[in-house]
Amino acid sequence: MDFDVIIVGAGPGGYVAAIRASQLGLKTAIVEREALGGVCLNWGCIPTKALLKSGEVFEQLHHLADYGLAADKPRFDFAKVVERSRKVAGQLNSGVGFLMRKHKIEVIEGTARLEKGTAAPKVVIAQKRGGERTLQAKNVILATGARARTLPQIGLEPDGDRVWSYREAMVPKAAPKSLIVIGSGAIGIEFASFYRALGAEVMVVEALSRILPVEDEEVSTAARKAFERRGLKFRIGATVKKLTKSKTGVVVEIETGGKTETLEAERAIVAVGIVGNVEDLGLEALGVKIEKTHVVTDAHGATGVPGLFAIGDVAGPPWLAHKASHEGVHCIEHIAGQPPKNLNAPIPGCTYANPQIASVGLTEAAAKAAGRKVKVGRFAFRANGKAIASGETEGFVKTLFDADTGALVGAHMIGAEVTEMIQGYALAMTLEATEAELHATVFPHPTMSEAMHESALDAYGLVLHA
Amino acid sequence: MTDILMPALSPTMEEGTLAKWLVKKGDTVAAGDVIAEIETDKATMEVEAVDEGVVEEILVEAGTEGVKVNAPIARLSGGTETKAPEPKPEEKAAPAPAKAEAKSETAAKAEPAPPKVASAKTGTGERIFASPLARRIAEQKGLDLSAITGSGPHGRIIERDVKDAKPGAKPAATAAAAPTERRGETRPVQSLQQMGIPEGSYDLIPLDGMRKTVARRMTDSFRDVPHFPLTIDLEIDRLLEARGRINKMLEKDGVKVSVNDIILKACAVALKRVPEANASYSPEGIALHHHADIAMAVAVEGGLITPIIRKCETKGLAQIAQETKDLAERARTRKLKPEEFQGGTFSVSNLGMFGIKSFGSIINEPQGAILSVGAGTKQPVVRDDQLAIATVMSVTMTCDHRVVDGATGARWLEAFKALIEEPLAMMV
Repeated sequence: MDFDVIIVGAGPGGYVAAIRASQLGLKTAIVEREALGGVCLNWGCIPTKALLKSGEVFEQLHHLADYGLAADKPRFDFAKVVERSRKVAGQLNSGVGFLMRKHKIEVIEGTARLEKGTAAPKVVIAQKRGGERTLQAKNVILATGARARTLPQIGLEPDGDRVWSYREAMVPKAAPKSLIVIGSGAIGIEFASFYRALGAEVMVVEALSRILPVEDEEVSTAARKAFERRGLKFRIGATVKKLTKSKTGVVVEIETGGKTETLEAERAIVAVGIVGNVEDLGLEALGVKIEKTHVVTDAHGATGVPGLFAIGDVAGPPWLAHKASHEGVHCIEHIAGQPPKNLNAPIPGCTYANPQIASVGLTEAAAKAAGRKVKVGRFAFRANGKAIASGETEGFVKTLFDADTGALVGAHMIGAEVTEMIQGYALAMTLEATEAELHATVFPHPTMSEAMHESALDAYGLVLHA
Repeated sequence: MTDILMPALSPTMEEGTLAKWLVKKGDTVAAGDVIAEIETDKATMEVEAVDEGVVEEILVEAGTEGVKVNAPIARLSGGTETKAPEPKPEEKAAPAPAKAEAKSETAAKAEPAPPKVASAKTGTGERIFASPLARRIAEQKGLDLSAITGSGPHGRIIERDVKDAKPGAKPAATAAAAPTERRGETRPVQSLQQMGIPEGSYDLIPLDGMRKTVARRMTDSFRDVPHFPLTIDLEIDRLLEARGRINKMLEKDGVKVSVNDIILKACAVALKRVPEANASYSPEGIALHHHADIAMAVAVEGGLITPIIRKCETKGLAQIAQETKDLAERARTRKLKPEEFQGGTFSVSNLGMFGIKSFGSIINEPQGAILSVGAGTKQPVVRDDQLAIATVMSVTMTCDHRVVDGATGARWLEAFKALIEEPLAMMV
């Protein structure tokens, strides 16, 4: 046996699993074909946050007068905005390298595929520096992640020039004057928000009946209004028929309720979903069960093939870095024979648009579909002192409690900095708090988090400031 | 002006002795100064001042016993002007916290009667770790959290442990999480070889059903039931004399009443007189049994079994004698029906015939107590300051403290003693 654990893929699922494995005394190797930190750190969560911060600050410059301030002609240097984002990614990438060295995890640069082995599949690595290396471990964890879904038959395929995936959208040479974003999930909305902040004409096309379809419907509605106030345009319930390239940009034909429309813009971003990276790994030969491009696993990440586990995006939705990390830690602890800590952890979701959106647990519709009677609380930031003082009164906090037991079953927030607040509710859910604990908790004044308290109070008719 | 009150050093403390004052009238004290020592039956603890001020008056002298909790023990002036470090208004009137006690306890005391949380503590006062939601569901369903094994972090009881549980049902083993130790499961046993006894140096008798049942039930009971013994000596000369006369009367019927039969009858009558001792602990509450169904331990080949004399208090000695003879015989030939040995509200185990002086038995769940009967032997006793000879028998009552407290057990033994020492009393 060369290793106790070999992890394929060094994204937030894989590298965190590797650290946990090392902490538990397992001899660990991690294989990465591109960059430590994966998409999250190099091409996803982190660099987009850097871009969005630039966008947010720039947008604020247009509202200086609201705060009694003034500055002449705000402008931006797009190349520097992108450069900052790349620097941030680079810094964190080298940070992961440091963590791997610190925990004595062997990092193997190359592309892995699996072959039949003893106890667990063998890992055959085509190394970046040349040559092939075959390793046998007791356990192999697939953490190969996912990538943007493309639909080449209707032209929804990045060409590196005018049609972008998240990847190209992060490093263009110039900010487009006009943009069509196809798909209104978190990725599509964040880019739409960013480029709109820099002044682009942005049209978002969504096939479903509302934007941010995984969020609570009230949040979707409020988000759309907030974005429209900022000049974003939407086509909802609109199917993309075809994307073609014109001389200067892109032409997108859409159909909305039987009516066709032709949209034109300089650039288009394809954000129509995610597919798991399951190809060329030798999974079929091993008999790994794959459904809709994702590896099928049990609650501990086991694939059914002895010694082979899968975690994170490749093991299915929600496609979120923190879900991958959580699964990675859980999987390693399971391999090390530890009892599970939190199998049903509620997984918060965040969208870093302006305004921000954050949620955890069930939406009201999902709770009702599951047959739960719920008490609903709401509190708008316009009645919150800190929000008024900050000039950020947009949005609200919505909470859902089980009417019978008082369990917090879901929380949905839209507004400034809500992504920093949602963990309060995630913690409450993990601790199985009821309304009583949320009511009894002291929230600091003045903070926007007081709206979280008020929302929980409102669900029981006890709201104080409304 | 602030009264310093007698603090409660433990949740159950009602009174204590003010052992020593460390300040005197006119002394200036600061918050946190040790001002007095309080003694309980268990410990001596220091009392700290909560406020600062001047000791205006000592209200309870040092050495005073039986000072009730919350009674004023001294008066401090200037206390109201100066705020204690934690400016909780309730704390002013609250007893000065004892050093060794957690602050929260003092705070809780000062609050107006906090709402009762369903089974927040076990019968013995041990804290149960359960999520708020689990507590809420348990309360709604009437579940006893102390009977539930938690599958959360550090054994915390969480929603899934109570979601499908039913009141009174044994905790369901959660398949998802199997903590190493579980109530009702025996601990991992080392092999004899691991413990230094070589293989081949002994014969191995396989565990049969009875042995397994005895092992499991006794282990569960000894580990999980908070039990304690109460021992008392009984003079049985009158009982022996009465037995002789009774047996003469019954001679023609061919019935012979044993000492044990009389003990069974006396137990039943005593249980009717002290019904709190005829009780079973259950998660829903304490069951007070209507009848005294007395189980008697019968040694049989390979183990023991406890056949039951039902409604023993309603039966005459002749009938009891006939039943015990029949049950014991059928127990030895293993011909008892389950209903003849399952249940029972109280047990008697008698090893007197082996000359055992006294012993303590393990409680037969869900019974509240078991009586262990030793041998009756002639012993010197002191009667009216004179040495005399009496036949003395020691009995030990093992009680389940969740239902039978010490005083209850003692009252039962008192009633039992009266019946044994004057068997005629069973008639009244």
